[in-house]
Amino acid sequence: MAAFWSVKRSDTTSHVGSGALALAVVGLAVVPQVWNASVVQQLTTLLILVMLAAMWNALSGYAGLVSVGQQSFIGFGAYTTIFLTQQGVAPYLAVALAPLAAAGLAICLAPLVLRLRGGQFAVGTWVVAEAIALMVMLDHGLGGGTGVSLRGLNVLPSHIRRAYTYWLALAFVVLLLGLLFLLLRSRSGAALQAIRDDEHAAASVGVRTAPLKLAIYVLAGFGCGAAGALTLANTLFIQPRSIFGVHWSAFMIFMVLVGGLGTFEGPIVGAVVFFAIQNWFSDGGPWYLIGLGAVAVAFALFLPRGLWSVVSQGRQIQLLPVGYHLSRRPTP
Amino acid sequence: MTWANAIIQGVLLGGLYALFACGLSLMFGVMRIINLAHGDLAVLGAFVVWLIATQGHVSPFIATVACLPLMILIGYGLQRTLLSRSLRSGELTPLLTTFGLAIVVQNALLQVFSADVRGLGGLSGLLAVDGWRLGDQLAVPYLGVTILAVAVAVLGGLQLVLQRTAFGREMRATAQDPEAAALVGIPASQVYARATAIAVATAAIAGAFLAIHSTFDPSSGPTQLIFAFEAVVIGGLGSLWGTLAGGVTLGVAQTIGAVIDPQYSILAGHLVFLIVLAGPRGWLVFSRRPRAWQPSGR
Repeated sequence: MAAFWSVKRSDTTSHVGSGALALAVVGLAVVPQVWNASVVQQLTTLLILVMLAAMWNALSGYAGLVSVGQQSFIGFGAYTTIFLTQQGVAPYLAVALAPLAAAGLAICLAPLVLRLRGGQFAVGTWVVAEAIALMVMLDHGLGGGTGVSLRGLNVLPSHIRRAYTYWLALAFVVLLLGLLFLLLRSRSGAALQAIRDDEHAAASVGVRTAPLKLAIYVLAGFGCGAAGALTLANTLFIQPRSIFGVHWSAFMIFMVLVGGLGTFEGPIVGAVVFFAIQNWFSDGGPWYLIGLGAVAVAFALFLPRGLWSVVSQGRQIQLLPVGYHLSRRPTP
Repeated sequence: MTWANAIIQGVLLGGLYALFACGLSLMFGVMRIINLAHGDLAVLGAFVVWLIATQGHVSPFIATVACLPLMILIGYGLQRTLLSRSLRSGELTPLLTTFGLAIVVQNALLQVFSADVRGLGGLSGLLAVDGWRLGDQLAVPYLGVTILAVAVAVLGGLQLVLQRTAFGREMRATAQDPEAAALVGIPASQVYARATAIAVATAAIAGAFLAIHSTFDPSSGPTQLIFAFEAVVIGGLGSLWGTLAGGVTLGVAQTIGAVIDPQYSILAGHLVFLIVLAGPRGWLVFSRRPRAWQPSGR
């Protein structure tokens, strides 16, 4: 009796997964009405982490670009917000516009940094981040090296402000994951996953890798810019040394490696894990960071597809149907 | 006169950057990986030298020589354990593991030695402070000349080893094609381990001279990694003498930037790096598939 195979986009698990994801978004949206302002602020941090992890994963998990310099866009997004509010733009509008400026920066930087491969790209983007940080520090209008506050938001009562920031963060997470989902579902998505598996092989069967890498780089710039602008809206004060700090890259790498490099769901898992670790252990000082580094190394060497691969165990569990898979069906 | 002085100081500073860049260039040339922990390993070397010099009451220069066997062992062990495994699992894994290692080393140093800023200049005697006076505003410090001489000696020695010895031939062969080298009996893992050992040892020398020349603390590593990388790229990948030229260019850019305004010093170095990257040379270097290493100094 011959077995019949069919290629399917989605199945029961992905229907359940997508439904659960939609419910989770609705659930997250009502959080500010239920919980107090400090929980809302914490959850805003978590949403920012999800954004960062998803963007870093898009870069290195799909386009094969390991960046140690995404803090360029985090800082640029935050400082663009400051700059726009100084020009009289309403703060929340500025937060929403800043990611576009970060995407513009990515378009400008792309011809320069996308020449670089592998480790050269990693350190090259880092140098760019340092150069931008130094230029910001030279600008006294932006507060120089001492930092600057976001004015105009503290006129709002704090629980209202935090709720607005939270909703904006949630909207950006949905937008970014949605864009990534659409990109992965499209024809380019198959190409991106081919690049992820083997760039040379993908190129040899006719995948044009350069425009796809550019698209991902600009999307990641946009997303990290949003994360930076929202970090500013969440904390109201930034210093160039910390918003342009390389620790952001360390956090992104940790989240993605732990969650699952090159999977759609992994970065979300990684962000939640990192958020929990950050809340429990961040008082540990150097030991906390030693632990983070060692765990990241261990995951890179021994579990390169991260925790999500443990959860899915080779079965086709998908929260969102981004790929295709084979399923066996009985003979008709 | 200030300009002449800036250029002299920049050339001498370039010697230090070339020393930092040497190991990075070697590892990239032989294994095609950028070791993101390079700067932190150099700072680890500086701390070892500092321990030997202060606990053993010896000159930092003797302590530097004394720390080399330990650093060679560390480099050898690093390749044998962490790097060899990560090299097997694809192009991106070595980057991720060395970045993780950098965080571990940096914070372990912070835990053990605290965030205090240290220096070895005070222990180094007249060599660290004195110099030849060539007029009112022009002085050539002994230390700078020493560092430049050591950089030339290290780079030249490495060049000689690569060109003239059997070991150097094995290294070049493995850099060009590890599988073909293995077919004629050169195990890549051996060669890689030796190259890493040499790279970590030169990083330690650079770290020691950083400590004598200025100050260091556990968080100094990333900046040194960036400078080393800039020197390698400005000088052109895959050439050791190019690395020296790159280090000198970077040093001169920084000191000239500092003459205009001390705040511009490091930024000027970054800008020169970005200009090189944007220029036709950068395009030539990076648009091709990585070439086999050319240690003949082209």
